[in-house]
Amino acid sequence: MTEELFQKMAQSVLDGDSDAAVALAKQAIEAGLDPLEAITKGFVTGVNQVGESFACGQAFLPELVMAGEAMKAAVSTLEPEMQKRGLHRTMLGKVVLATVEGDIHEIGKSLVGTMLSASGFQVYDLGVDVPASRIIAKVQEVGADLVGLSALLTTTMVKQKEVIDELDKLGLRKTVKVMVGGAPVTRDWVQKIEADGTSEDAIGAVGLAKQLVSAA
Amino acid sequence: MPKTIKSITNPKLRLEILTPQEVKKIHDATLWIIEKVGVRFPSKLVLEIWAAHGAEVDSEKMVVRAKAGLIEKALKTCPPVYSLAARDPQQDLMLDGNHVFVGTDGCGVEVIDIKTGMRRTSCLQDVRDISRIADATEEVAFHWVPVSAQDMPAETRGLHEVKAIWENSTKHVQTESIYNQREAHAAIEMAALIVGGKNQLRERPVLSLMQCSASPLGHDGGSLEAALVAAEYGLPTGFMTMAANLTTGPATLAGNLAVGNAEVITGTALIQLAYPGAPVFYAAAQTASDLRSGAYTGGGPEDFLYGAASNVLADFYNIPLSMGSFATGAKEPNWQAGIENSLSTFMASIVMSDMLLGVGFLHGSRIWSFAEMMMDCEIFSIIHKTMQGIVVDDETLALDTIAAVGPGGNFLSQKHTLKHMRELFLPQFMDRRPFNEWEKKKDDGRDWALAKARNTLEVHQPDPLDEGIRIEMAKIISSLEKK
Repeated sequence: MTEELFQKMAQSVLDGDSDAAVALAKQAIEAGLDPLEAITKGFVTGVNQVGESFACGQAFLPELVMAGEAMKAAVSTLEPEMQKRGLHRTMLGKVVLATVEGDIHEIGKSLVGTMLSASGFQVYDLGVDVPASRIIAKVQEVGADLVGLSALLTTTMVKQKEVIDELDKLGLRKTVKVMVGGAPVTRDWVQKIEADGTSEDAIGAVGLAKQLVSAA
Repeated sequence: MPKTIKSITNPKLRLEILTPQEVKKIHDATLWIIEKVGVRFPSKLVLEIWAAHGAEVDSEKMVVRAKAGLIEKALKTCPPVYSLAARDPQQDLMLDGNHVFVGTDGCGVEVIDIKTGMRRTSCLQDVRDISRIADATEEVAFHWVPVSAQDMPAETRGLHEVKAIWENSTKHVQTESIYNQREAHAAIEMAALIVGGKNQLRERPVLSLMQCSASPLGHDGGSLEAALVAAEYGLPTGFMTMAANLTTGPATLAGNLAVGNAEVITGTALIQLAYPGAPVFYAAAQTASDLRSGAYTGGGPEDFLYGAASNVLADFYNIPLSMGSFATGAKEPNWQAGIENSLSTFMASIVMSDMLLGVGFLHGSRIWSFAEMMMDCEIFSIIHKTMQGIVVDDETLALDTIAAVGPGGNFLSQKHTLKHMRELFLPQFMDRRPFNEWEKKKDDGRDWALAKARNTLEVHQPDPLDEGIRIEMAKIISSLEKK
């Protein structure tokens, strides 16, 4: 019975069906299942399967995103139960994400957020046009391991440097790694502003984030 | 120096990509989107304009919903035909639906250095070099800011860039790199210096502004405000959608066209509401996102279809089109670059898109390549020639000559041959040499294209910009820079 439920959970993620995932999460709570087990033996299995078929070219980006969203919906449904039981999911790290001040381009940053949270990072997405001060405040508030800064224009890209300089000033660079992204970001730029890395796409960003937190 | 500009005109080839009924359907869908879903205009100034004209404005979300009647009425005041003025009036460009002009692409962030061949961050000198070479070609009719002058301060970068182009070319400048009112005002003052006053800009707009929308269904506030400043002084403005299947638009082509169209025509209608009769153009560079990475692809059959369909939409609204063609996703000038740039440019040309953007880039408009620039010019020349089609008359049927040669002869020594041989296309960068000659050097079009760019940069002297004007322009820029 429980095995069957786990399978259904995995399937809901595979189908990218957030409604089904939420319903199954509720069912698990009602049945008194360990919410952590529901995640690891149920939903995460689905995420991994989508990841595998993506890797061998059978699944595509929209399927990854939908699986990620279903997973997220399931986890937030299980969250109150985890708190009640005093349980914590082991996360890979905490990431603060933002599109920098003066820039309203959202999609790349949000895509990275979805991929990171599906891969086991705790993501705090501050949205677009976010001033450095708000990013820094969030980093300090949650004790972030990583900051992801997005920009689409060469004129707003300079704000990535501003955030890095600010982190430097506060002596936070040892504990907080910085990933930068957006179409105008190049390796030269990353070196120039002394960021910790960049990726041209969201899949690469997950790899980079994992690498940065494991090196820390 | 040659002042000729090559444009496609009076084409013999035709293509019907959308029927009038299909265009109407896309138009109706667009109006539904604008009325029911709305478009985001993140600028207080702009929201006030919409509200004053009776649109429904959600000030908190900055979303405008407008009835079909308001949009259609606003679009009626768009001028269907006008010219883009050049510093040299011989090079003015008539946007009348019967000319296809090519520009340089923009705005990239890296350059393959013309001397060393190494890839590096773009700077102001690159803008100068590219403009100078473009000035010398027949194919490039106008400029975009090709690459970002990243060695200049961010707050005046857009001004340094247009100044660098004017200093190195007499052709029209269309900037896609001015994103706020402050820079727009300064750019207008600079343009006014060239034509002898702001009032003259209406007659001779030596500058036009292209602004990108923020897909799906949004605009950038600063860009909108900059466009309004330009429109006030009679400079042509256009909004470019880059809505891409899967990410910023639906996976289906028709839906993506409707999303992009909603962005473009609401931006255009805004300009008309604020300044009725201001010159405007439609701009689009739609594409499909890559299924695996979600990245901008800059090529593929979807791009080719958008290239042709966008002009049908622009024609429906009776305004000129600035269309993204070329812009291959290839990492170096290669097979992929040749296919993508040829087909995208062919499809955008066969429907007579007024402006094509543009030559010179690799990796989806990010890396400038001088070799690619010259080869893209050749692609345009090939399409230019193809579009002329086949002329059938007594002279071209050449019956007297055929009779004179008779069975088994050859046509090499005929007067008719001598008269018409130069009408045949002679490529610059295609390898038609005997095999053994190739075997000795193993070079190809890429090497010759780069050599031509290097040579042009060395020898071409553009007509200089008046020294007094240069000094005044520099003053305008420095007055805006942080001390």
